[in-house]
Amino acid sequence: MGLISFLKEKFSKKKDEKVENYTEGMSKSRQNFSNKLNSLTKKYKKVNQEYFEELEEILIESDVGVKLTLRVIDEVLEESKKNKIYDVEEINEILIDHIFKDYMDKGEQLTDVRFVNNGPTVLLVVGVNGVGKTTTIAKLAKRYIDKGKSVLLVASDTFRAGASEQLQIWANRLNCDIVTGPYNSDPSSVAYDGLTKAKKENIDLVIIDVAGRLQNKTNLMDELSKLRRVIAKVIPEAPHETFLIIDATTGQNGVVQAKAFAEVTELTGVVITKMDGTSKGGIILAIRDELGVPVRFIGLGEKMDDLKEFDLESYIYGLCVEK
Amino acid sequence: MAFENLTEKLSRIFKKLRGQARLSESNMDEMLKEIRVALLEADVNYKVVKEFISSVKEKAIGQDVLTKLNPSQMITKIVHDELEELLGGGENEIQYQNNKPTVILLVGLQGSGKTTSAGKLAYLMKNKLHKKVLLAAGDVYRPAAIDQLKQIAKSIDVPVYSKGTDISPVQIAKEAKAEAFNNHYDVLIIDTAGRITIDEALMNELNEIKKEVNPDEILLLVDAMSGQDAVNVANAFNDLLSLTGIIMSKLDGDARGGAALSIRHMTGVPIKFSGIGEKVSDLDVFHADRMADRILGMGDVMTLVEKAQEEIDEKEAARAARKMMSGKFDLDDMLDQMRQVKKLGSLGGLLKLIPGAPKVSPEQIAAAEKEMKNFEIIINSMTFEERHNPEIFQYSRKIRVANGCGKQVSDVNRVLKKYESMKEMMKKMEQYKKSGRMPPNMGGLGGFGGF
Ligand SMILES: Nc1nc2c(ncn2[C@@H]2O[C@H](COP(=O)(O)OP(=O)(O)OP(=O)(O)O)[C@@H](O)[C@H]2O)c(=O)[nH]1
Ligand SMILES: [Mg+2]
Repeated sequence: MGLISFLKEKFSKKKDEKVENYTEGMSKSRQNFSNKLNSLTKKYKKVNQEYFEELEEILIESDVGVKLTLRVIDEVLEESKKNKIYDVEEINEILIDHIFKDYMDKGEQLTDVRFVNNGPTVLLVVGVNGVGKTTTIAKLAKRYIDKGKSVLLVASDTFRAGASEQLQIWANRLNCDIVTGPYNSDPSSVAYDGLTKAKKENIDLVIIDVAGRLQNKTNLMDELSKLRRVIAKVIPEAPHETFLIIDATTGQNGVVQAKAFAEVTELTGVVITKMDGTSKGGIILAIRDELGVPVRFIGLGEKMDDLKEFDLESYIYGLCVEK
Repeated sequence: MAFENLTEKLSRIFKKLRGQARLSESNMDEMLKEIRVALLEADVNYKVVKEFISSVKEKAIGQDVLTKLNPSQMITKIVHDELEELLGGGENEIQYQNNKPTVILLVGLQGSGKTTSAGKLAYLMKNKLHKKVLLAAGDVYRPAAIDQLKQIAKSIDVPVYSKGTDISPVQIAKEAKAEAFNNHYDVLIIDTAGRITIDEALMNELNEIKKEVNPDEILLLVDAMSGQDAVNVANAFNDLLSLTGIIMSKLDGDARGGAALSIRHMTGVPIKFSGIGEKVSDLDVFHADRMADRILGMGDVMTLVEKAQEEIDEKEAARAARKMMSGKFDLDDMLDQMRQVKKLGSLGGLLKLIPGAPKVSPEQIAAAEKEMKNFEIIINSMTFEERHNPEIFQYSRKIRVANGCGKQVSDVNRVLKKYESMKEMMKKMEQYKKSGRMPPNMGGLGGFGGF
């Protein structure tokens, strides 16, 4: 059974609420993609050159990237030739199978934060400017507060105007503890204070917000390494999780971002934000392909509830299959 | 970024086709494929690439290859010129009103850089054009967006019209405009909340603001790292609001910024400004030629040249050059030269601007920059005599200098060695200069960094 039929069956049998939400939230951006695939299915009875070109267009326009797109299409083409499959629907299944398998082969699949057994679990959130770090932190805090964890926010973005106030407002809304520092103070020292407090009060989860930085700014990336070292000084092994936030509108530079951040701080996850917009976020597939970092969550709006676990099946389902 | 220079790629392809003096369909195909991939990697929209390539092909077929250029250079030139033409054009200056405030509305997706750019525009207009500027805080949704604008405004001493978050952005815009009128401001810049294009209510709100204040300029912020969807976003904003211009933000990053081309091509809206950093002064006019280089991954040669001209103190540089050429090159001169290089910005930034510059890792760059700093410290603890006559250094002097600045004798030796090798290079350069040829790898900035 191909993946598509597998998924179709799975989803039609049990009306999973999670999937409902998920596909609904993504529907706007996904519809585009699935409509295209469906219209392809209708347009072509048998696959031909033109069909593959359109397939290429769909993937590239989803920001999957030329390299990965061409590779996937080559693989599908090969399989089509080898097994003499020319039926469009079947080919689509093979395509989706490939995307699915490629992702699964690249490493583990995780969503929720992995909590340590003793002492605070530390989550560091990094990314370029304006991708949604602070908002995602608020959403994650909400998620774990709802699960009964004690959460502490650390406002280590002491650089951007209004950044500290922004996190403070979220902390108030969430009724969540927060540590801030003066404007332009050393981000590491704010983190130090936060972690010390967390240790003393035995907080479950500490989430550290840092200033957005473009990955080609060496001094800012150095600052991040320093921050990491300071964190580890207070709590060895920490940060236990480091999430890179990627904006769904990001193009091919997303892979460059992931590589650069991975160099200064080991990434344990990617969160893709703004999936409620019209962008397809295909860059996460390219990032997974190159670095193997699992996508943990997706952001579907500006409110603190607009966060969902990333679920590959749903993602691909939403991406390719008629709703 | 680790892209192979497009020109290099094309040359490689064309080596196979040596001896063909005319661009034809068959010999161009492979090159155009490379160009296509380069454009797609730069995030130019798929459809735009398609149209672009076919128009380049049309232009190129049958063209005689200029004798000076090889065919791969020729095609690069055609592509480059075509890109530059597409990117430039259109009215790209702000049209200021006489006798009444010029109203500028900033719009865009979340996180695209509206608030920062509002501050940058205000700074530019206030300090360079001596306008009286008012900012309006129209982002009532994102937490602390108003704080952000206020803090930026305070740092550049520009007033903000704000009524908190319990009031509609339409109302704020309206009141701010009245305020700008009554107090004779030259410019009113209205910041708005970021929004996705399919949020009808929020998009409609922009339309309401437009109707209410009738802006002279409606500028869309586009992030340089935007992917394929950028063109749909621009279309949506443009269809609704009839944009008057684009600001490309985050061009100080290493994204190639193909969205600029897609948007220009699809909407015809001119690109007016580039955001090139986080500081309020980091706003530049848009340079189509540089953007063309950048999208093709060819390095931003002009920027480097201009930057060098702006930053290097010319007299100082001329003096240093004369001294170098005369063979009287001492440690002070070396320090001067290092400072000139430093003024230009980080070595990493510089290298990125030079096409075909050696690929060096961020670590190597950081190491080189650190070395420059160390050199400075060491030279600064030498006496005047030592700096001008490094030949007099013996062991006891080295120990004194090392102790004086908390370094090792080996560090002092490294400075002296570098000095020797630079002096040697200066001599060679002088000889080459006399013979009218430049030695390889010696143009430009002198031998700093030692990569
Ligand atoms: N539509 C939508 N907007 C989002 C999402 N996540 C964040 N945003 C918005 O994106 C904008 C930037 O979000 P921030 O959380 O401030 O981003 P940041 O990465 O912390 O920004 P800097 O700290 O300035 O680098 C805000 O307007 C958020 O409301 C999302 O999933 N969907
Ligand atoms: Mg932030």
